Amino acid sequence: MEAVFSLLVGLFFAAGIYLMLSKAIVRILLGIVVFGNAVNLLIFAAGRIMREVPPVMAPDMMQLTGQTANPLPQALILTAIVISFSFFAFLLVLTFRTYQEVGTDDTVKLRVAEPEGEVLPPMGY
Amino acid sequence: MAGPIDITGAMITTATPAGDWLAIVPIALPIIAGASLLMLRKRLHWQAPIAVATLALVSLATMALFVRVWTSGTVVMTMGRWLPPFGISFTVDVLGALFACTASLVALACGVAAVQSIERPARRYGYFPFLLLTSVGVNGAFLTGDIFNMYVWFEVFLISSFGLLVVGSTRAQLDGTLKYGVLNLIGTTLFLIATGYLYGVLGTLNMADIVRKVPQLDGAPLMTLAALYLTAFAMKAAAFPVQAWLPAAYHTPNVVTSAFFGGVLTKVGVYALLRVLVLLFPMQLAGLSGVMAWIAAVTMVLGALGALAQSDIRRMVGFLVISGVGVMLSGLAIGTGPALAGGIFYALHSMVALTAFYLLAGFIADRAGSASLHVLGGLSSVPLLTGVAFILMLCIAGLPPGSGLWPKIMVVRAALEAQHGWLTAAILVSSLLTIITLGRFFLLTVWRPAVADAVLAEGKRSSWPGPMLALTAVALLMGLYPEPFVQAASRAADGLLDPAAYVQAVFGGQN
Amino acid sequence: MKTLIFRSIAPYLTALVLLFSAFVTLRGHNEPGGGFIGGLLAASAFALYGIAFGVPEARRAMWFHPMSVAGTGLLLSAISGLPSFFRDTPYLTGVWTTAPLFHFDVATIILFDIGVYLVVAGAMTSIALALEDSGEG
Repeated sequence: MEAVFSLLVGLFFAAGIYLMLSKAIVRILLGIVVFGNAVNLLIFAAGRIMREVPPVMAPDMMQLTGQTANPLPQALILTAIVISFSFFAFLLVLTFRTYQEVGTDDTVKLRVAEPEGEVLPPMGY
Repeated sequence: MAGPIDITGAMITTATPAGDWLAIVPIALPIIAGASLLMLRKRLHWQAPIAVATLALVSLATMALFVRVWTSGTVVMTMGRWLPPFGISFTVDVLGALFACTASLVALACGVAAVQSIERPARRYGYFPFLLLTSVGVNGAFLTGDIFNMYVWFEVFLISSFGLLVVGSTRAQLDGTLKYGVLNLIGTTLFLIATGYLYGVLGTLNMADIVRKVPQLDGAPLMTLAALYLTAFAMKAAAFPVQAWLPAAYHTPNVVTSAFFGGVLTKVGVYALLRVLVLLFPMQLAGLSGVMAWIAAVTMVLGALGALAQSDIRRMVGFLVISGVGVMLSGLAIGTGPALAGGIFYALHSMVALTAFYLLAGFIADRAGSASLHVLGGLSSVPLLTGVAFILMLCIAGLPPGSGLWPKIMVVRAALEAQHGWLTAAILVSSLLTIITLGRFFLLTVWRPAVADAVLAEGKRSSWPGPMLALTAVALLMGLYPEPFVQAASRAADGLLDPAAYVQAVFGGQN
Repeated sequence: MKTLIFRSIAPYLTALVLLFSAFVTLRGHNEPGGGFIGGLLAASAFALYGIAFGVPEARRAMWFHPMSVAGTGLLLSAISGLPSFFRDTPYLTGVWTTAPLFHFDVATIILFDIGVYLVVAGAMTSIALALEDSGEG
């Protein structure tokens, strides 16, 4: 099972990085989403994939009996999903605003903060 | 429930001394205050006083924490009293306390400066809550003893820093924030990837536990982990070749925001490098030392060359921040105790001096109505600015009696002792370039007579110089009386190189 | 989305989802569920309302600004860790007491969960409404 997941994670990473190499910001953002999901799958696989028994104890027990799913990676992934989702939403709004203001989503043309053809500072006075 | 349950195997049963709560105050207090300010978003006149008071209290708390760590060793607090490594431990050693203390002081100075410089629309937008939450994230990253928790704090300060950067929403800000956001998000995602692998390999996320387990593993892909962490944190620290986001973004927002970010945020990356590479992966760091030395050298020289080519003074400072990161990284590359101490001291100096320099740049821009070296001039008529500019020039260039001198000497000496000849040369070359940059800055802005078409904007309300003066005084103090800082940095470095006390503090007597 | 069917059903659906979100949150105290998933449900309820009646109407229906809601939640979560100070236990340790009159167990844990619920509901609603807003503008 882990092998399949590893291949899937690799595929996701490849797709995410390919998208991030694009010039269009929207594609970069989509790449980031795919990248983030690759990481989530990676953490999931890193926590070892086990039987889909929830790690919940009966009220009268003191210990888990038998093999259950590892809850920690799920907690980590939950945190990571929340964070990457809110980042994605923020960057989406930001990209939209930038597109409205600057009129482009091409990273090559996006040179407002660092204009091209600046002159060097004076050499003396 | 059937009778009392024996919990000693799962939970901490000893009482927590009240003093250990100091470890949590720098997080809990600003969260509470920031959340209250979010609730009181309509009460604009409450925002600034509450924020400044909170930052002042946090500074006091981190100072008390530092004293406690200094006198009685590493402070540990494990959340919800689940025994480590299961509970998330806040583990404060000298290094963490030192960084948190300095960062909190810088945050306080920025908070005070923001009172005057942040206008009403930005306050309504929530500038002060974001400032508090950014400082929460920074302090959390410094104080936590759990690597995933550190990732979470990174994200906390990252997302609040977006908020601070984009306040005002000018075109340049949107552009800068977009680049900053995307590249930093990729950086923290790399951090998360590395942490995922780390968990897969070691099965633990508690740093003290990792320290115990790493030497027991043979043949595990630890070098991959260390390299991934190096890439992720180098990105946060703005080291070559992943530094491009910093000069793209840091000159665009309000100058107080730039000052806080330029001073503090890159140092969180440096701190994480120190914490993870030196404490957790010392063997792998030794293997990476050659790469680190190259990164450090190129970062230093390229940063200084970049600064030399800028006409906008705030963009110039951005490149100086990068150049300074190079010096800290060369401390890491050398890896001996004195070298690390030099790097740590340089980080402290850089937090204070560069924040002050950003504030100075804002001051000059306010005063002269421009931040371009082509237009500025005639500032010698303002003695206060001249004095501050002179002292900061000495501090950042590393000339006596400035604060940059001593850490640079420590790093250079350690580099020579470790036979890193060309790294020493790179440090000295970058220092020379920095001196030229800052000398020209001083020459053009102060000594050059006012350029005809640039009228000193006398009528404009100029901001209060208090925070800038205070930070400059601290920087000068570091230069004139460096002994306590050297001692603190040395002890912080020793704590990293010999983690026995760190592990002992988390796990106590048990194994 | 101004169809008659959707607009007629949306208020009931919103109320139902909000009720369900409260149920899921409280259930999370001892069983699967919790503040996070409850908060997401609440946010989707407000997003639904926003789609049906427009963003300004949704903001008015919420009464409080979404960020204020998130701030309240953050405050609740942060202070829910403080009572453990008086028990000599570390931050965020659960503290239980029995309310004197009603023989009803009270815990700080539920306070934390409600805080999480409000943070998630507030922040996610704020993002959802901002996206819906910019979609129309």
